[in-house]
Amino acid sequence: MSSTDALGPNVSADSRIKPKLGSDDWIMRGYMIVLAVYLVVALALPLYAMLSKAFETSRFDLAQFEVQVSDESGAFNQPAATLKQLNDKSNFVAEGDLATSSDGRLALTNFFPDFSFRSPVKYRLRGLDDNAVYLVGSERFAGTKPAEFDSNTFRKVVIRPIQSHGLANFATYFSTPALFQSIQNSVFIALVSTVITVTLAFGFAYALCRSCMPFKGVFRIIAMAPILVPSLLPGIALVYLFGNQGFLKQFLMGESIYGPIGIVVGSVFFTFPHAMIIILIALSISDARLYEAAVSLRASKWRTFWTVTIPGARYGLISAAFVVFNLVITDFGLPKVIGGQYNMLAVDIYKQVIGQQNFQMGAVVSVVLLIPALIAYVVDRLVQRKQVALLSARSVVYQPKPSRRFDLSCLAYCALVALFIISILGICQYAALVKFWPYDLSLGLSNYDFDRMDGGGWAAYRNSIMLGLMTAVIGTVIVFTGAYMVEKTKGFTRGRASFQFLAMLPMAIPGMVLGLAYIFFFNNPANPLNFIYGTMAILVICTVTHFYTVSHLTAVTALKQIDGEFEPVAASLKQPFYRLFSRVTVPVCLPAILDIMIYLFVNAMTTVSAVVFLYSSKTTLASVAVLNMDDAGDIAPAAAMGMMIFYTNVAARLVHAVVSRYVLGKTQGWRQR
Amino acid sequence: MGQASTAETYLKIENVWKAFGDFYALKDISLEVRRSEFVCFLGPSGCGKTTLLRAIAGLDIQTTGSVFQDGQDISALPPSERDFGIVFQSYALFPNLTVEKNIAFGLENSGIARPDIEKRVAELLELVGLPEQAKKYPAQLSGGQQQRIALARAIAMSPGLLLLDEPLSALDAKVRVHLRHEVKDLQRKLGVTTIMVTHDQEEALAMADRIVVMNHGVIEQVGSPTDVYREPVSLFVADFIGETNQLDCEAGMKGKGIRVGKQTLASAPHTHTDGQQVIAVIRPEDIIPHGDGARSTGAPEEISEPGNTVETTVDEMEFLGSFWRTRLSSPDLGTGQIVADFSVNAVRRMEIQVGGRMRIEIPSQRLKVFAATAEPEK
Repeated sequence: MSSTDALGPNVSADSRIKPKLGSDDWIMRGYMIVLAVYLVVALALPLYAMLSKAFETSRFDLAQFEVQVSDESGAFNQPAATLKQLNDKSNFVAEGDLATSSDGRLALTNFFPDFSFRSPVKYRLRGLDDNAVYLVGSERFAGTKPAEFDSNTFRKVVIRPIQSHGLANFATYFSTPALFQSIQNSVFIALVSTVITVTLAFGFAYALCRSCMPFKGVFRIIAMAPILVPSLLPGIALVYLFGNQGFLKQFLMGESIYGPIGIVVGSVFFTFPHAMIIILIALSISDARLYEAAVSLRASKWRTFWTVTIPGARYGLISAAFVVFNLVITDFGLPKVIGGQYNMLAVDIYKQVIGQQNFQMGAVVSVVLLIPALIAYVVDRLVQRKQVALLSARSVVYQPKPSRRFDLSCLAYCALVALFIISILGICQYAALVKFWPYDLSLGLSNYDFDRMDGGGWAAYRNSIMLGLMTAVIGTVIVFTGAYMVEKTKGFTRGRASFQFLAMLPMAIPGMVLGLAYIFFFNNPANPLNFIYGTMAILVICTVTHFYTVSHLTAVTALKQIDGEFEPVAASLKQPFYRLFSRVTVPVCLPAILDIMIYLFVNAMTTVSAVVFLYSSKTTLASVAVLNMDDAGDIAPAAAMGMMIFYTNVAARLVHAVVSRYVLGKTQGWRQR
Repeated sequence: MGQASTAETYLKIENVWKAFGDFYALKDISLEVRRSEFVCFLGPSGCGKTTLLRAIAGLDIQTTGSVFQDGQDISALPPSERDFGIVFQSYALFPNLTVEKNIAFGLENSGIARPDIEKRVAELLELVGLPEQAKKYPAQLSGGQQQRIALARAIAMSPGLLLLDEPLSALDAKVRVHLRHEVKDLQRKLGVTTIMVTHDQEEALAMADRIVVMNHGVIEQVGSPTDVYREPVSLFVADFIGETNQLDCEAGMKGKGIRVGKQTLASAPHTHTDGQQVIAVIRPEDIIPHGDGARSTGAPEEISEPGNTVETTVDEMEFLGSFWRTRLSSPDLGTGQIVADFSVNAVRRMEIQVGGRMRIEIPSQRLKVFAATAEPEK
């Protein structure tokens, strides 16, 4: 045996074995790079475009141009003067008005108060540097070449601003109280909704998990129903209940539903299932032995609750709180429908972009909205990691014992919550069927005649189903194969880590921000991918990207449960990885794959936020139609369309359940001994 | 040994190092494995045995050094371009495929006609003794059956090299002992060169033609089971394999003995200078009982090395079925106890009992002397 002292130097760079990559390695790495490029194009580059837009400022630089004016005979006797000199003298254009948007134009006639287009006076214009750009009509000129214009042409001459980067947009944002106020509003609404939702959801989950009440399965299904509708649907229901013509209006005692109250109630509705399921999982993994210990130590029920139950579920509670906070603060549909004059960040983006065409300010609000979303995301990720650690501990499942009084109160509580959820959905369905609220309450299907309304008609509904199916199929393929590459590629650590980062990023990006980023990136004529703007393709790409992270995590979890030694075995049997993938990995992961599909489908059906910027007249969507019909005052058809989405998702869920059962029976026979 | 050493080398490992960051899991490993040989890598967890196996398979390629298989340099090849079958502790059977599909996984898609595949699968199932289980799923089989299916799958394509990574560790004791023989029989029948990683010394002793004892990323000793058991080259090997008595003592008799307490004992030859602190090692079963000469009724057994006897007191006796484990102490040997295993017959004949006195003989050739440091590598 040789001495072991000389270990370090022995491993010099030149004697290192360079492992030869097999064909599998090449294919896997190549494919992973393809997917990474996809994520870069669908996520990183648009976000970058959005960020740079937020910091981009446009300003007319008057020192860039000089003008010489002739006398009436056309002779240029006067010396030339820069626009700056002219403006300094007479202040034709106020300093503040020199800041503009990237589309800004400034007519030169502003600087010549005695200008008349009938005058024989001529104007000689010269740019003083290469960046000086001006338009004559719509024709663009740049550079330092002088040009002469007669008066009639001169009135069509406008100069263009120069672009630079800075915080000027943010300065404008924070000095505009109407915009600035939204931060406070959004945070306030999100906080209040979070407290209410988490409290309600905890009670509900606690009853499901710790009581022996009947109908648990039914309650669970009802609690999950809000996931199947767009977030703006509860807004429509609230309008019917408490709006100006609502039959429960007097319950608000003079307060208006349009504003914080409506947003909070609607937010509680649509975030409830998310919080409930997280807390339910946290409660169901807590260890029964701790309760036995508490009983043996004669701890009171109250004390046990605070020392065992709450600490055991704390990660679930924290996680639920941040998820709800994030959902509420980034939601756009609900405050749009019921927010009234109450400004929220996500709606501000929409107003800036769609209403005022001020893209830069939209980008600025997006950046502001990113901050709380990112914080909530990071905290949630940290907490999730701890929760996983708790999960792996070997614990005994808690079995509740019947207690008549406790079970009955749980039943009453859950029934109340279920009633709230059902009545929101029910009122929408009722309103959709009523002919003319509140004057003619007879029922009919006239509100389903979508083709007679704005918003896209039945075509929008068909488009939505198309989007849902394409997102489900394409998204699942991309997500699952991507997760497989991340999990099973050997070596290539840096590549896998970057891919993993890209895959986790979408969760932190609010839909509005993503949609706006897509405008900046794909609507740029210089972008070779410009052609997909306005097509179904961009909607599919956007939706897949928007909901990438949760699907990715589902796939990764399923793949992690597969024996890591399958790949070595397949390699030793000289089988390419794709044969193992198709023969073993996919069949074993089929339940998870189906879950990803239904998740993508349901979300594609209900999402509004990202796609609202991206649909075209040919690709209107049902969820957007709900928004637009509501905006146009066709509230009943909006409710009808919203309920169509609901029923479609219910049907999809049923299909998913049937297919899952069939597939499980067919391909997962090995699961039972 | 003589016959084996003339057999050709099938696998050759030359100066292999494996670094994980600053940690070296393998330090300059060189080893030759002969064709048709069954070699065990034996050592405690973290000794590098699995790392070495994975380097041979190409699953975690070594940092430096070469691996030759059948004369071909395979150092940098990916697993798919090497020639081996592998069985893992987890079996790694594909759960959604039936037993026959599992075994046929490598055969399909390799240009073999379907009837031939079916024939081969039936043959393999016969070979591992599970001909009736073809249509079952892995989860419907016991652990031992699953491991046999994994073995059948690994040898389905007649690989030149069979790698077994702790194949029996997940099984319960009885099945494990039974499967040892089956695996060994199968290996002998097929004549496939086999490397098995294990931390179970009994398994290694029972199955291997040669054992490679590893510790801290180096090979401590390579030898036949009897070699490593009877002639350990280091304190680690002596300690890791089997039971040992370790006596703290001084070297003496110019490399031919030791001084312990007041006594001088002859030992196997060693290289330590007189007076140096050393550790002498003797196995419990090597100690020869001579009873209490005064009370013994039968004729006293002949003492072959009169100088290597010690008068002791019996402190404790433990009946372990086929033999008695006794703990002896002697003021001559200092404070420690000596463990000796005596046959049931000897104990009865010599009336050995707790509290009694007895003379033991320590055969000098079985008394091995090692340096006093815990680490044999300096």
